[in-house]
Amino acid sequence: MTTRATTPEVLERIGRERLLEFLYQMVFIRRFEERAGELYTKGKIRGFLHLYTGQEACAVGAISVLRPEDRVVSHYRDHGHAIVKGVDPKAVMAELFGKATGCAGGRGGSMHLFDVSKNFLGGYAIVAGHMPIAVGLALAAKMSGEDWIAMCIFGDGSIAEGEFHESLNLAALWKLPVLWFCENNLYGMGVHLKDSLVTEITRLASAYEMPAVKVDGMDVIAVYEATREAVEYVRREKRPYFIEAETYRYRGHSMADPELYRVKEEVEQARKRDAIERLRRQLEEVGWLDEAGFRAIIDRAETEVEACVQFAEESPEPGIDTLYHHVLKGDPHGRPTNA
Amino acid sequence: MAVLRMRDALREALREEMRRNPKIFLMGEDIGKYGGSYAVTAGLLEEFGEERVRDTPIAESVIVGAGIGAAMAGYHPMVELMTINFSFLALDQIVNNAAKLLYMSNGQINVPLVIRMASGGGSQLGATHSHSLEGLYAHFPGLKVVCPAFPADAKGLLKRAFRDENTVIFIEHTANYGIRGEVPDDPDFLIEFGQANVVREGRDVTIVGYSGSVHQALRAADMLAEQEEIEAEVIDLRTLRPLDIATVVDSVRKTNRCVVVEDDWKFGGFAGEIAALVMEHAFDWLDAPVARVSSKDVPMPYNRTLEYAALPSEEDVVDAVLAMF
Repeated sequence: MTTRATTPEVLERIGRERLLEFLYQMVFIRRFEERAGELYTKGKIRGFLHLYTGQEACAVGAISVLRPEDRVVSHYRDHGHAIVKGVDPKAVMAELFGKATGCAGGRGGSMHLFDVSKNFLGGYAIVAGHMPIAVGLALAAKMSGEDWIAMCIFGDGSIAEGEFHESLNLAALWKLPVLWFCENNLYGMGVHLKDSLVTEITRLASAYEMPAVKVDGMDVIAVYEATREAVEYVRREKRPYFIEAETYRYRGHSMADPELYRVKEEVEQARKRDAIERLRRQLEEVGWLDEAGFRAIIDRAETEVEACVQFAEESPEPGIDTLYHHVLKGDPHGRPTNA
Repeated sequence: MAVLRMRDALREALREEMRRNPKIFLMGEDIGKYGGSYAVTAGLLEEFGEERVRDTPIAESVIVGAGIGAAMAGYHPMVELMTINFSFLALDQIVNNAAKLLYMSNGQINVPLVIRMASGGGSQLGATHSHSLEGLYAHFPGLKVVCPAFPADAKGLLKRAFRDENTVIFIEHTANYGIRGEVPDDPDFLIEFGQANVVREGRDVTIVGYSGSVHQALRAADMLAEQEEIEAEVIDLRTLRPLDIATVVDSVRKTNRCVVVEDDWKFGGFAGEIAALVMEHAFDWLDAPVARVSSKDVPMPYNRTLEYAALPSEEDVVDAVLAMF
């Protein structure tokens, strides 16, 4: 694992303002997810809901590096990724509520967030199903000669899928500007990685002839630093790069998960590595944050999340008259001709 | 107007569209140096170069998925999957991504992609290489499904596919590649989707087919006319989605009888859909239940005699028609 001591020089280089923004974003996502979980138990949010708590440093550290024109595709635990890519969190919460103001008009739900204006090109709910799409995006970037890159975020559960291998191979073979970002939270639903993969994740990626690094996914600075190097490489070399971020999800796979596959102590152990607490300590040590400052961040996040909830609550449902809209482009009613 | 085989008409369509639109490029298994396993893309690598005619690894899922991704970013790719049998390996990309992204994204993302594949049995290729599953793809909202029977239609429909903003599944029967026919050379020659074609007029029975089965229907119609003095009207659906059921219904209201011919299995096949629609729209005009002539309910056998027995034949079509009189 690439572990670098977070020296005062590193903090200085990233800068106080940006680090405080990282802290705020992580706190915001955590609060957003906790509220979403509460609202799920109240029946305001339905379907499958996969919460991102514990993994916030991945989204914040990695996506912050990107430019607005860089494309992101993600998996179904996608709220945090969408928010950091710039999708209005009000529209994300409204999507979880299934409202017309949601970022997918209430047609997608938690697992299928989209905002093309922010180049957040989707949460994808079939494991590894978006990896080929990232190859195509990067192919388009390369063929067009434009300077943007594709980032594909996926979980450790994707590694045993055929599409993982097809996609890494083709991206390397055709030298495409894609950053593969693996959020390894140790479990593909309830199956531990050691029970689904015979080797190391980065060894597989290396076999496809691309740089592959492992990073502490619960250290936002480490994720940011690793991603910065990766993005520079992908943009400069027009070639793929692979990051494995070791992280942990505090909640179950989804809201329906009784968590029979792990013990409480394991979760408690992971919480000792908590990314928010770590960054808070680091900032306090250099005197960039105090107790009152942290409290203010939490208060601001809570206020903003409540504004999202209120927006979602007050938003209208999509009209039944829109049911057939957007089945086919150019045919507003989507009905097959004459049938 | 030139007389071309269907494979040449398809190539003309690709060539003309690639010259017209620089955002069109081709990806697929053996489409470049090999020239395409059915020679549809022969010569295109030489004209357009490796950037726009891309040989791929044998990895159907990433080929289709990459086509989707490139389509999302402003290109209009054509992906060739060699045959429909291999498309099963890309089914998730086609069904969950290509067909649904527009809807799931609330209209933000469309996927202008053409996916070509060959279908059909009759070449003794055995059970895994003889599928006719046009109807399977027609099942999914969000896709368009095109299956031409004649060279001119093949050209006009394929060119039309590159003017569409949605994913078009373009299916070619292997028995049709060598069929010759007059093909317009006007670069603006397009055939709209959702327009069935009455390829033979008749008053006594309507025979509906698509792709390879249109030719069977025509041969059966000739036999019926010569041997039984029954004049069959033959309709080529040309596209299954969108479907032009109105042309079928109009014909059935005239002939009062309907036979649907397809190479797919009868159980759960597309002929059942046509039969149901005819019943819904022309029940009172029918003098007999709609008949289906389809493949027998078995995986395709290799042995020539068995394969012939498994596939629908023009004699089967004739028998189905005669049973109605």
